[in-house]
Amino acid sequence: MHIKIRKKSALAEHQVTPEHIYLQRRRIIQGLGLGAAALSLPAGASVLDRLLGNQEPEVVAGGGQTPLNFERPEAYQPALTPTAEKVATSYNNFYEFGTDKSDPVRYAQGLKTRPWTIAIDGEVDKPQTIDVWAWLEKQRLEERIYRHRCVEAWSMVIPWMGVPLASIIKAAGPTSRAKYVAFETLYDPEQMRGQASRYVGGGIDYPYVEGLRIDEAMNPLSLLTVGMYGKTLPNQNGAPVRLVVPWKYGFKGIKSIVRISLTEHQPPCTWNLLASYEYGFYANVNPNVDHPRWSQASERVIGEGGLFGSQRQPTLMFNGYEEEVASLYAGMDLRKFY
Amino acid sequence: MRLDAPRLSRLRWLVHGLAVLPLLWLPWGFAAGHFSADPVPELLHYLGIWALRLLLLTLCISPLAKRLRLGPLVRLRRAVGLWCFAYASLHLLAWVLLDLQLAWGLIGEEIVKRGFITLGMASWLVLLLLAITSTQGWQRRLGRRWQKLHNWIYPAVLVVCVHFWWSVKSGWIEPLVYLLAALFLLSLRRDKLARLRR
Repeated sequence: MHIKIRKKSALAEHQVTPEHIYLQRRRIIQGLGLGAAALSLPAGASVLDRLLGNQEPEVVAGGGQTPLNFERPEAYQPALTPTAEKVATSYNNFYEFGTDKSDPVRYAQGLKTRPWTIAIDGEVDKPQTIDVWAWLEKQRLEERIYRHRCVEAWSMVIPWMGVPLASIIKAAGPTSRAKYVAFETLYDPEQMRGQASRYVGGGIDYPYVEGLRIDEAMNPLSLLTVGMYGKTLPNQNGAPVRLVVPWKYGFKGIKSIVRISLTEHQPPCTWNLLASYEYGFYANVNPNVDHPRWSQASERVIGEGGLFGSQRQPTLMFNGYEEEVASLYAGMDLRKFY
Repeated sequence: MRLDAPRLSRLRWLVHGLAVLPLLWLPWGFAAGHFSADPVPELLHYLGIWALRLLLLTLCISPLAKRLRLGPLVRLRRAVGLWCFAYASLHLLAWVLLDLQLAWGLIGEEIVKRGFITLGMASWLVLLLLAITSTQGWQRRLGRRWQKLHNWIYPAVLVVCVHFWWSVKSGWIEPLVYLLAALFLLSLRRDKLARLRR
């Protein structure tokens, strides 16, 4: 017998906008008469398409991604409509390639991701260096459709492919002193223009570093991610291996990881170092705790682009994963530990 | 060169023509993919930065007129100022309509709670007052108080620069450049500003 246990975090069928209504919305906007005016211009058709979001942004074709084999565990297939692939792969924060959202897709294509190794060290019994591509061959990858919420109050839905972060940590044998997990991105100013120039890189001290508490890292939701949309990760999305922690703001999901260190003390985190008043160590998605400069109570769901392409919706506690992770923070004041 | 009426009028048309260009560019900017999948914040920034540029341009006019001994140049200031107000209003409108999507509760809350938005709103209100009273009728009616009112542009330009600096997530070089430009333009008026303080 097939038993389907629906998670609280999964949207029920009735909560998803039916396609015909979604399409209607678009037709209403088109009917506003904007169409007639814009179409009379020579470039009108494409201008209109762009404004209304009918045409997705162009993306550097191919990018060298290869298809992945993966399973689709029922628990991680919520009834959420994934963001268009072209949007998710052309709208990125990856300051190593520039601070503009369109910089990563433009400037990350030359990043050499083969070969790639990840060092696992610190408070472990078996420090090791993993050859990512050989390791990947032996993994059973899962597809997980997660909500993705950026601290900048926008959101997407992305089908990631990866393995639980816990598996790679367990394999290294954490010692009893391992209380935190620290991550580090590649440091290579020759390949990463933002690391070569403080102006391009937004004034950040590189390499980018992130960290989790060990129980957060061991939570089944924490995903060591090697792919999206059925293929290996594009460079701009953090190839070849990145972190995805869906109940936290996107910046915790460190990209292009080269080191995972288990530590006794809380590791430094890049955005926390840059502006500790605005970006905490925990960075849990929390509609009740505002960013100092904007409300986190709601978010712009990024559609297919265009000025009318995003809709505002309320933000869910822990990004909708409350049931799975709230216990990690029992008794903590989340206003203090933001 | 003397700036006679026809020349001034041609110059005024030039000002209008140039000031409208950033708006005309927008559809093409979209078509050419200069805006990302989430274009609203980028559009906001674009409109805001042009408002600030035009504001700084209004402050360039009287020092320039003095320097070039072209008194009538000052009469272009209203056109530039009104364009600045137009961009600032579009900036505000885009925030209300496209970003917060007319969620009035949230809009009110944000204006009160976020210092940089409070500053932005305050400077927009100053620009609004100055735009309304920019006509010759109002100038006559207000008499000496008109100049007093329009001197509010000096604190406003600094407030706008702080609004910009405060709003960026990282990188302070761009806001710094604008702040330095504003301080320079104000420093050209230090005598006048010192008089005002008395």
